[in-house]
Amino acid sequence: MLGRTLREVSTALKQGHITPTELCQKCLSLIKKTKFLNAYITVSEEVALKQAEESEKRYKKGHSLGDLDGIPVAVKDNFSTSSIETTCASNMLKGYVPPYNATVVQKLLDKGAVLMGKTNLDEFAMGSGSTDGVFGPVKNPWSYSKQYREKRKQKAHGENEDSNWLITGGSSGGSAAAVAAFTCFAALGSDTGGSTRNPAAHCGVVGFKPSYGLVSRHGLIPLVNSMDVPGILTRCVDDAAIVLGMLAGHDPKDSTTIQDPVKPFTLPTSADVNKLCIGIPKEYLAPELSSEVRSFWSKAANLFESEGAKVIEVSLPHTSYSIVCYHVLCTSEVASNMARFDGLEYGHRCDINVSTEAMYAATRREGFNDVVRGRILSGNFFLLKENYENYFIKAQKVRRLIANDFVNVFNSGVDVLLTPTTLSEAVPYLEFIKEDNRTRSAQDDIFTQAVNMAGFLSCLQDCQQ
Amino acid sequence: MSSLLSAPSALREDALRRLKREMWARAVKLGLRSWVGWRRGFTSKADPQRSGRVTAEVIEHLERLALVDFGSLEAVARLEKAIAFADRLRAVDTDGVEPMESVLEDRCLYLRSDNVVEGNCAEELLQNAHRVVEEYFVAPPGMCSPKWLNRLSLSELRI
Repeated sequence: MLGRTLREVSTALKQGHITPTELCQKCLSLIKKTKFLNAYITVSEEVALKQAEESEKRYKKGHSLGDLDGIPVAVKDNFSTSSIETTCASNMLKGYVPPYNATVVQKLLDKGAVLMGKTNLDEFAMGSGSTDGVFGPVKNPWSYSKQYREKRKQKAHGENEDSNWLITGGSSGGSAAAVAAFTCFAALGSDTGGSTRNPAAHCGVVGFKPSYGLVSRHGLIPLVNSMDVPGILTRCVDDAAIVLGMLAGHDPKDSTTIQDPVKPFTLPTSADVNKLCIGIPKEYLAPELSSEVRSFWSKAANLFESEGAKVIEVSLPHTSYSIVCYHVLCTSEVASNMARFDGLEYGHRCDINVSTEAMYAATRREGFNDVVRGRILSGNFFLLKENYENYFIKAQKVRRLIANDFVNVFNSGVDVLLTPTTLSEAVPYLEFIKEDNRTRSAQDDIFTQAVNMAGFLSCLQDCQQ
Repeated sequence: MSSLLSAPSALREDALRRLKREMWARAVKLGLRSWVGWRRGFTSKADPQRSGRVTAEVIEHLERLALVDFGSLEAVARLEKAIAFADRLRAVDTDGVEPMESVLEDRCLYLRSDNVVEGNCAEELLQNAHRVVEEYFVAPPGMCSPKWLNRLSLSELRI
């Protein structure tokens, strides 16, 4: 039952094959069994069982709230959840209990979803491995798959079973692992530079990044206000469409959500790609791309072509600068967004009481890890008066050029771009930590962040399915 | 301090300026030089590949602005690398290109009507703070209190 899709389980619930409480208990038990993955920071057992009970009452009366009623879901721990600790995997917010739900969380709950818990991430969503949070790294469920274990046995003998586990990618690694391990049917992540799509790729699940402005950011603890979007992780595209349908739409509490009404939609049962024009950006053929990913990319393009789609090469000329541009804009906005953590109104507060400056500085030193502090310092450097024009404004201009690249391609008749998400498959943790966070993010976000800067939607599906 | 508070504003400003000069003098006496020496140590031990953009003055300035300290040589090196990385943008020709602040720049930002529809949640909000007195968040004293002036340690002063 737990390996089914959201739609299948929803049908099972409606037909009475399983009750919401039974489903919830199965998921809770699997969460306990897979605790070693470290996918969850908080498991909201009592809350989940209560929600499941209420869902069951609704089903008995024939008043189900829809496809999400009774469905176990998980939420990344940078979304505010009322009365449930929200930490962003940081010492700064350990013990912080928000007094409200993020809009997307509220929407899920209003549709009857059952909240299993808050998932692990890189601290403040900064990273591409889900290895830099204060609660420890997240392990990729595929590290324990038969295929990977066979592969490892061939390479090294007598090795400790657990020493070479694979990373999940990040920063929404906990959410991706939770979905991949069957402990929930959908999870919320956040996507600023690829943080939903990267772990989705490494964990073999669907990662969907909506267009900027489609889904509310109210309650999502912000990283980069002009690029953040809530992301959706599910086991199939149809499930992602169901969840998107529930979440999309204008939110008066987030003035950056577009006001156009969102028309309800369903995906066609059979995809007709005859009229589709697919673009392959030539600049994405990076030398660092692994041969395996390249071959899957090629296979996917050939598949579309054989089904009647038009597949052409296109150019996004500023691709090589987009990661640099992202780096400047991201650190600058982070420097601003992290300024709110001063220990006064919420979050960690140190014991120093000499002066406000001393207290702020010590609180922030104790509360943030090196990665966060590094980005704050870089951001402040780029925003200094003498650097503002040459770095921040320059990056904003380059951002326009990157966004224009996409607009030009889509205006020339291309409907969708087909690209890889990551340079290679998931790497072992011991390999990943050989480089620092900034270097890894620059390498791993190479395909994903351009779309965040241009604001477009992006969906990732595992090639091996 | 109470005499300062009750004096007319012009006198108060003058007294404040005198106080600030005394504070700085005291800071120098307390070993400002040794602290600057430590900072210089950061950059003098630099490896030859660094651009030298991150001088002691820049470090001091950034730490004060960000209220986050570098804490180590590695952190300074990381900033240097980040700057070198960002310098690649110079190669892009952006003549005549307007900066892009938001991808939704062609739309009007939504403003809701100016009516009070929620609030009255002071108690809930105060619950998350460590130090609270009645409905106030309690902050340590700012720069102009006697406690601050009489402190001896420079790092505690965060000058």
